[in-house]
Amino acid sequence: MRHNKKGNHLGRTTSHKKALMRTMAAQLIEHKEIRTTVAKAKELRQYVERLITYGKKGSGHHRRLAFRFLQNKNAVTTLFDEIAPTFETRPGGYTRIIKLGKRKGDAASLSLFQLVGFEKGGEAKKAKAKSDKKEKAAQKSEEKEIPEKQIKEKTVEESPKEEPVVEEIQPIETETVESEEQKNEEAKSDEITAEEAPEEDTKDK
Amino acid sequence: MANPKRKISRSKRDKRRANWVSGIKTGSLVTCDHCGEKKLMHAVCPNCGYYKGKSVIIPDNA
Repeated sequence: MRHNKKGNHLGRTTSHKKALMRTMAAQLIEHKEIRTTVAKAKELRQYVERLITYGKKGSGHHRRLAFRFLQNKNAVTTLFDEIAPTFETRPGGYTRIIKLGKRKGDAASLSLFQLVGFEKGGEAKKAKAKSDKKEKAAQKSEEKEIPEKQIKEKTVEESPKEEPVVEEIQPIETETVESEEQKNEEAKSDEITAEEAPEEDTKDK
Repeated sequence: MANPKRKISRSKRDKRRANWVSGIKTGSLVTCDHCGEKKLMHAVCPNCGYYKGKSVIIPDNA
């Protein structure tokens, strides 16, 4: 009989469920907010609330208890140093589950599992996503601009210099054949790079 | 063993099945306080991403 056996096993073996709860708790502590199904969120709640209570107690013993569950040093430190102090005056209820509707594909009801006081908010996320995009775009454009200029400068500088050098060499027969060959090779390699560079540019654009 | 006395006619069978679709209940929808679109009760509005006056997620259409 199932008397006094609360909780949802989520259709998993005990070890599988334990592993799931561990990773989800560690991810929640790292990101402060995770998107998961309502059933998993409701099950995760009891584990996370207990972990935060350990964090509030803050002793070495409780640190070990928290580590025993999480198996993640970084998560334990953020839990004890960053998250738990903000819940000092809150008597439980550290988490919030917000329903997000059904998932396409399997119609599972999704939810947003948050730590109270660490909400990110959609607008903030949007702004962050935008700024991230801008940064990335800026980085990319910088990367693009620098090689283009370098290549152009190289080709412009080198091409006029080499021609007179070759002309000078021809009258002076004492120069070794090897040096001419080397220079020819250099000139060829430069031509190749010059040819390749514009193609890359067009591809990027 | 108890058995049906007669085969159920096509007419009888199809009349029974015809009432199945109309028996499905649609979930009740409410209007979003923030954008006025229809949304599920007690859930984030998928159109504007708001719940209880707060922006919670980035909606897909944005």
